[in-house]
Amino acid sequence: MATSRSRDGGAEWQIATVSSVDDESTRVKLFTLDLPDERAKAGFFAGQYYDLRLTAPDGYQAQRSYSITSSPDDPGSIELAIELITDGEVSSYFHEFVEVGDKIELRGPIGGHFTWLPMITKPVLFIAGGSGIAPIMSMLRHHASSNSTAPALLMFSARNEPDILYKDELERMADADQNLALILTLTRGVPDDWRGESRRIDKAMVDQSISQLVGENNLPDRAYVCGGSSFVESIGNYLLDVGMGHNDVRTERFGP
Amino acid sequence: MINNKFFGRRRPEPPRPIPPGQYLEDGFPVLSAGPTPRVDTATWGFSIEIEGNTVGSWSWDALNALPQTDLHTDLHCVTKWSKLDTAWRGVTIDTLLNDAGVEVPTGFVMAHCDGGYTTNVPAADVIDGKGLLVHTYDGEPLAPEHGGPVRLLIPHLYLWKSAKWVRSLKFMDQDSPGFWERYGYHMYGDPWREQRYTGD
Ligand SMILES: Cc1cc2nc3c(=O)[nH]c(=O)nc-3n(C[C@H](O)[C@H](O)[C@H](O)COP(=O)(O)OP(=O)(O)OC[C@H]3O[C@@H](n4cnc5c(N)ncnc54)[C@H](O)[C@@H]3O)c2cc1C
Repeated sequence: MATSRSRDGGAEWQIATVSSVDDESTRVKLFTLDLPDERAKAGFFAGQYYDLRLTAPDGYQAQRSYSITSSPDDPGSIELAIELITDGEVSSYFHEFVEVGDKIELRGPIGGHFTWLPMITKPVLFIAGGSGIAPIMSMLRHHASSNSTAPALLMFSARNEPDILYKDELERMADADQNLALILTLTRGVPDDWRGESRRIDKAMVDQSISQLVGENNLPDRAYVCGGSSFVESIGNYLLDVGMGHNDVRTERFGP
Repeated sequence: MINNKFFGRRRPEPPRPIPPGQYLEDGFPVLSAGPTPRVDTATWGFSIEIEGNTVGSWSWDALNALPQTDLHTDLHCVTKWSKLDTAWRGVTIDTLLNDAGVEVPTGFVMAHCDGGYTTNVPAADVIDGKGLLVHTYDGEPLAPEHGGPVRLLIPHLYLWKSAKWVRSLKFMDQDSPGFWERYGYHMYGDPWREQRYTGD
């Protein structure tokens, strides 16, 4: 299974063109990159990422990885969600300088373990913290566009309400799809009319999401957890505690 | 391709060169494909297999009773960060092979880990002091998220080759891809030649 899955775009650097830049929250911008044709044909799996490389006029370079947030249905262009990290070398360049029409050097798609495919029809739990929604967004969009009947639940933690990336789209997807449930939680205060959770994801919340997804005393077949390192670490631990198998818990860690 | 407005942050100029495409990191980021497995040193064991035969196995106590080696080294992760001057303590693969009383194997080796992770390297890259089983980082027991109680350390290759939670080394004639290698990561992984992915 692994070999047939490595739809890796090979190691070659390509030049993509920025076709849109949008503010998604105060700290996250969405960038659409149009890929060169031959790249686009290869396609990608939801959950994969690209390596981006910036080069200064004197030759100095910096590379970072960014997850594809768009669905594999439209392989000709990819969307990235880049969070501004204070003093971040690459993210701050994207936030300050990158405009429509700019050329960006990249290579990918890369990664194969943290991927979801529509042929997976068993219940799946998604848990995202902050910009960790990025690769999961691609999976959820693909889940929707492929009319997947796999029962899915997204538990998504953000600081404040305006920080919930893709809030409208996620709510629309969950409303339209009886196979997708959504649990939002805010960790730094909630608005008056808030109907979601209001604390960091803890064991009780994970238990609750699992019973909502598969019923008491059952476990989902797969979990995808993405976010900061300590977020992923603690949630990975809960999922092992409740009895999920090591290989059924897929993780991606974005930073400290 | 030049990005005209990009000048880079050029964090602390490295005291010595670091591999191409890498940047210096002070912290110690954690990257693993799954959750951190639970490993109990009371039941932990490590074994070496050559061509399918187990030639040696060690308990936690047995590993600690072997001659220990201190290693100061730089680390290079394929996700672009490098960390200088890390301090490790453990047992070289040479010591283990010697303790097992076997000849130094040739060919290739696959590391197998708790949680099912695997990674492949040429046998030559774990001998002559190049590969260690480490249990101590910076004077403290190695933390579980960094691969404790025991990880492999092969610091001249990208860090995914330094398998966390390692439980056995299986020497074999033929090379075969491990966990990330099957997903298109480089079979060898030399950071100085920037061998991140297949074809690099
Ligand atoms: C497989 C993979 C996929 C990724 N996908 C995405 C994605 O879709 N969107 C996205 O925004 N990022 C993603 N990241 C993180 C991204 O690659 C960069 O690490 C991040 O943008 C910071 O880079 P920088 O150059 O701006 O900051 P740097 O100059 O590298 O870092 C500046 C400081 O910020 C700290 N820092 C780095 N990252 C973070 C963080 N995430 N949160 C808080 N502090 C941090 C560093 O330790 C450092 O001290 C991904 C990382 C990986 C490994």
